[in-house]
Amino acid sequence: MMTLKVNGSDHQVDAEPDTPLLYVLRDDLKLNAAKYGCGLGQCGACTVIVDGEAVLSCVTPMALVEGKQVTTLEGLGSADRPAPIQRAFMEEQAAQCGYCIAGMMMRAQALLQRNRTPTDRQIRDELVPNLCRCGTHMRILRAVHRAARMMDEGSAASVGRGGAR
Amino acid sequence: MSTMTTIDRRGVLAGCGALIVSFSLKGAFAQEQFGAQSGTQAGAPRRPGSLATSPYLDSWIRIDADGAITVLTGKAELGQGLKTALRQIAADELDVPFDAIKLVTADTKLTANEGYTAGSHSMQDSGTAILNAAAQVRELLIQQASRRTNRAADTLRTENGAVVGPDGTRLSYGELIGSELLHVQAQPNSKLKDPASFAMIGHPVPRVDIPAKVTGGPAYVQDMRLPGMLHARVVRPPGYGARLKDCDTSAVERMPGVVKVVRSGNFLAVVAEKEFQAIKAMIELADAARWKEQARLPAQNDLAAVLTKLPSQDFTILERSDAPATAQKTIEARYTRPYQCHGSIGPSCAVALFADDAMTVWTHTQGVYPDRQAIAEMLGMPSERVRVIHVEGSGCYGHNGADDAAADAALIARALPDRPVRVQWMREQEHAWEPFGPAMVTELKGSLDANGSIADWRHEVWSNTHSMRPGSAGALLAAQYKDPPIPAPPPKPLPLPEGGGDRNAIPLYAFANAKVVHHFLAEMPLRISALRALGAYHNVFSIESFMDELATLAGADPVEFRLKHLTDERARAVIEKAAESFQWRKERKPLPGRGNGFAFARYKNLAAYCAIATEIVVNRDTGRVRPIRAVAAVDAGQIVNPNGLANQIEGGIVQSFSWTLYEGVSFDDKRVTSIDWQSYPILRFNAVPEAIDVQLIDRPGQPFLGSGEVAQGPAAACIANAIASATGKRLRDLPLTRKRVKAAMET
Amino acid sequence: MALSTRIGLAIVAALLAIGAAAFALVWRPAIAVIDPPNPETFAPDLVKRGRQLAAIGNCMTCHTVRGGSELAGGLPMATPFGTVFSTNITPDPQSGIGYWSEEAFQRAMRSGVDRAGQHLYPAFPYDHFARLTDDDNRALYAFLMTRQPVPSTRRDNELSFPYNQRPLIAVWKMLFLRQDGFRADPAKSAEWNRGAYLVEGLAHCGACHTPRNRLGAERSEAAFAGGEAENWQAYAINAQSSAAVPWTEEALISYLQRGWHAHHGVARGPMAQVVDSLASVDSGDIRAIATYAASLSGPRSPEQVRRGEAILAEAAKLQSAPAQTSTSTSSPPAASAAGEGAALYAAACASCHETGRSLPFAGIDLRLATGMRAPDPRNAANTILYGLPPLEGERSPIMPGFASSMTDQQVTSLLQYLRTRFSDQAAWSNVAETVAHARQAQAAFLETAAQPPNIAVNPPPRDEP
Repeated sequence: MMTLKVNGSDHQVDAEPDTPLLYVLRDDLKLNAAKYGCGLGQCGACTVIVDGEAVLSCVTPMALVEGKQVTTLEGLGSADRPAPIQRAFMEEQAAQCGYCIAGMMMRAQALLQRNRTPTDRQIRDELVPNLCRCGTHMRILRAVHRAARMMDEGSAASVGRGGAR
Repeated sequence: MSTMTTIDRRGVLAGCGALIVSFSLKGAFAQEQFGAQSGTQAGAPRRPGSLATSPYLDSWIRIDADGAITVLTGKAELGQGLKTALRQIAADELDVPFDAIKLVTADTKLTANEGYTAGSHSMQDSGTAILNAAAQVRELLIQQASRRTNRAADTLRTENGAVVGPDGTRLSYGELIGSELLHVQAQPNSKLKDPASFAMIGHPVPRVDIPAKVTGGPAYVQDMRLPGMLHARVVRPPGYGARLKDCDTSAVERMPGVVKVVRSGNFLAVVAEKEFQAIKAMIELADAARWKEQARLPAQNDLAAVLTKLPSQDFTILERSDAPATAQKTIEARYTRPYQCHGSIGPSCAVALFADDAMTVWTHTQGVYPDRQAIAEMLGMPSERVRVIHVEGSGCYGHNGADDAAADAALIARALPDRPVRVQWMREQEHAWEPFGPAMVTELKGSLDANGSIADWRHEVWSNTHSMRPGSAGALLAAQYKDPPIPAPPPKPLPLPEGGGDRNAIPLYAFANAKVVHHFLAEMPLRISALRALGAYHNVFSIESFMDELATLAGADPVEFRLKHLTDERARAVIEKAAESFQWRKERKPLPGRGNGFAFARYKNLAAYCAIATEIVVNRDTGRVRPIRAVAAVDAGQIVNPNGLANQIEGGIVQSFSWTLYEGVSFDDKRVTSIDWQSYPILRFNAVPEAIDVQLIDRPGQPFLGSGEVAQGPAAACIANAIASATGKRLRDLPLTRKRVKAAMET
Repeated sequence: MALSTRIGLAIVAALLAIGAAAFALVWRPAIAVIDPPNPETFAPDLVKRGRQLAAIGNCMTCHTVRGGSELAGGLPMATPFGTVFSTNITPDPQSGIGYWSEEAFQRAMRSGVDRAGQHLYPAFPYDHFARLTDDDNRALYAFLMTRQPVPSTRRDNELSFPYNQRPLIAVWKMLFLRQDGFRADPAKSAEWNRGAYLVEGLAHCGACHTPRNRLGAERSEAAFAGGEAENWQAYAINAQSSAAVPWTEEALISYLQRGWHAHHGVARGPMAQVVDSLASVDSGDIRAIATYAASLSGPRSPEQVRRGEAILAEAAKLQSAPAQTSTSTSSPPAASAAGEGAALYAAACASCHETGRSLPFAGIDLRLATGMRAPDPRNAANTILYGLPPLEGERSPIMPGFASSMTDQQVTSLLQYLRTRFSDQAAWSNVAETVAHARQAQAAFLETAAQPPNIAVNPPPRDEP
């Protein structure tokens, strides 16, 4: 049995140390967002955040995530209470089939957590590991820019109110 | 392909283009009639869209006593926004709130048979059916209210799910509905609303499926988790036609979690309790299997010669000699396209359950009815005992591995009754075993007269069929490889006006003399089927490249040259709009290292119109080409969801850029060797254009025109034309790789 | 004259003579500015040859910075003496070489002096370019003067005293710069000589592959015994090569053209950029380079050959029936160094590196990878941390990096295990420091290096599955 911290909760899972995190998330914890796209670390559909960094869960075995904080798209927000990145993607309608989108959003989220004002070039370079076959790239870029603005305004607003963040 | 087409080929050749769809109405706006070509009994007007084959109104719309509205469609959501667009149509014509509608998509037990969700037919077939059915249901409800309240029908109106009288009394649809009220056949004509009154159609309604997709809600067949579900993996042969000589499965059967090894002839699969256990078992099983391979694949680097030498059935699909020969200058060119793959980001997946002598399959197939028929035939079951339900997969862009995954799941599930079985293809399996877009060769020849106009035009195309979709079990890998095998059915050309390899081979331009020949190749060296746009990708690439070559010969501007040869007003409109938005100036020379390209097509010569202008940059040292910006103008008739349409066009452009610049399946004499994203790279974020601008021309009241595939061909030709503009070199062999561009620049 | 006066005069004379000598050593005249030449005046064939030579010399990589224009300079190069920024060599008059005559260019290439007479830091490898013929320099000049002129802001070098005193470079040159040109060896083939001319000259392979002395000059007695570039180790390519399987000429040709070889590994870091540049070079010159480079290791010992064959045989055993996936889950044999490293390897690496498939379809069998047998773990650390990025439009190996999922401690354990398991060499020392340093240095490299390396890989139709 291994312990896994996902989206703020601890879980006991019956998995071997060499089981890729992706299968534990999907099959043991029944989480949908991280997807199987290739299992080879080539397409990014499985991207999640581990201790603040974007990580390809299909090539990250359980041995490497014990004791770390794993965040999936479900952990950022819900349809009723969406996080800025989720709101941005909905407002920009940045999806066609949508299969790659969760991975895109997690990688973008990791970027925005460390750089609140990325340039277009920086976003593009950051998202290179993530493939989109439907060609939704332009909207994805717009959505990430939008999320950056939202997050920037959000923290500016709270600072303005004198609240600590 | 779609079974809806009944247009007579002769009718097309006689010169009148034909729309599949027609709808008419008394009152506000124009109708288009296609009586003679409709192919139904002489004199009997045709019901619009898919109502022609599923005429009962309650096949499309159901209303419960509590007022709940259910709309049913035989089409499937592929990520094109179908679930939203159809609701928009129903909400407007039925006068119910958008959110009140429940939509049921392709399910052989519940919905009409609308064939495949393909060919950009969804709006034309299903959208039109629902538009009309909803309008007619509204009329029936009004009449019902009229009877109940003893008021004249024309004093009543509908609003927000109720019929409202002049004094404000409301009778909700739920109160009006009776059990048989909607079980009537549709009329050929409907009282459609004035488009100006639409609140939903034509407006950018947010897609209903996106919230779940951006928050981790269940959205795909890959997310299905049924109680007791098992995980299966197939062990595919190393190459086409390989035979399983022996396989000692005893070690695999003892692995942790393994429930069963399924073996039938050359079909081999393993089932386990947990997914990763299934993957490990698959690897061990693959190690234990011994195959005898066949070396029967052709030489990849000489594909054009291979194809043009195959035996062919030749069809002259256009022959026009309306003017005396005045040719002064003549050029010819050959264009080639390799096999290209769908490359769905999510490899195919299906879930099947065999219980009580009935098989249920959840799959992202594009055609639940044809897939059901094929699976039933494969299993030797009556098709009424097989139910196929569409659940979204990742974008398929045509016939990918979905149907095969469904068949795999069904075959395995039958060996494990009462347990749902989930089959997930691996990335390498999807890349190697999906049916590819066929390799094609075109040869064009054209002449200019003294005025610099095109005096004659000849286009020959060599291609396989572009559809090997099930209907027949032999189209399924599981059926071909199990024991006893069901052989693949003989391929057939897809009939015009839609066509397959000859799709869009007939130019829309007005050429006095023209001949188009389709060399149909029955022999299929690699497994092929429908990939977005079918033959239109390569035919439009060829035609639009050749138009530029002729324009250069004539010393003419590419945009003006096209307009010179086009009489179709809507075609001219998209060309002018794209050129204007791009700021296409014939005198302007591009900056060094940059080039501009233009291209146009009307998909199938009867669906949407699209013109694209592109600017690229070429690295003179490496040959690397990158698109910088693209402007597209699109006319898709009455637009239902402008945002959805723009999304499809942008996506089609980016996807086509990737096909055109990078993509070609690789293989040796035995196996496909492009088996993942390392060996089959596609466009990534660092190469995507800086800007794509889609200009939509809305035509309220006009029939819906299919637009999902319209950008593929023009985007490809744009790149080739822009490279020629930047470097003076003409490239004709797809893909236009860095190496080829560099080599061309050095000649 | 009094003795003191005579001595005084002698001292003054000596000082003057020394001063004059020093002046003569250091001072170079400025060469007159010219009007930027019209690109049309250069013959297309000359420009074409210049393009080919520039690709061999890999001018682009050092003279371009990410986000900047081609050849407009600005790339920071870390040296033991401080940071030097590459210059703008586009024909822009103010910030580039637009005012340079061909004579000025030839002087720069041959003697490391710019148009104004300033000495150039040998980060610009004129100690190699000194071997170029006048004709080749002429072609390079033609190529550069026909590029797009790009104005740029010059960045000042960050060198501390006394390294920021350019005249001192003259002393360095006196000690280390050979200007005797290239001499062919009549006993060798024309191809070998061409290769020698290119390798020792324009391709400046020794600039990375030869160790340097304290004053930053290549140690000619240890030619090609291994050096470094931007925190990557440039392996020894002479008899001290760490390769598990001895390199053949054919293997080198394939490697230089594609950027990987199934029996050795993948070109990464600065070598990836070299290979990217060589993609534009015609195969005749590649073959020449490979011929010369292969000869550097001298005749193979029977021991080396035997070891190479044994390793290849072991790796071939893993070749199974075609895998359904490029991953595998076969467990490694009982590891002699058990513990965290072994567990990490089994969990994170074996799935791609023990499949029986070869490059570029799966991870290389680590028994074959040069990085495992090299004297220090730097390259292996860089690869584990940052992987192999996907290349634009080219078929190439893609490996995920583990920087975000492994701690330094985990990478250290893993490296120590890999060294024990996959090589016959003594354990590495200073692994932990190497890993820590790799994180910092790599991040910097990835941020500033000219656009991501673009390994050209167009395998012939007959591929290994």
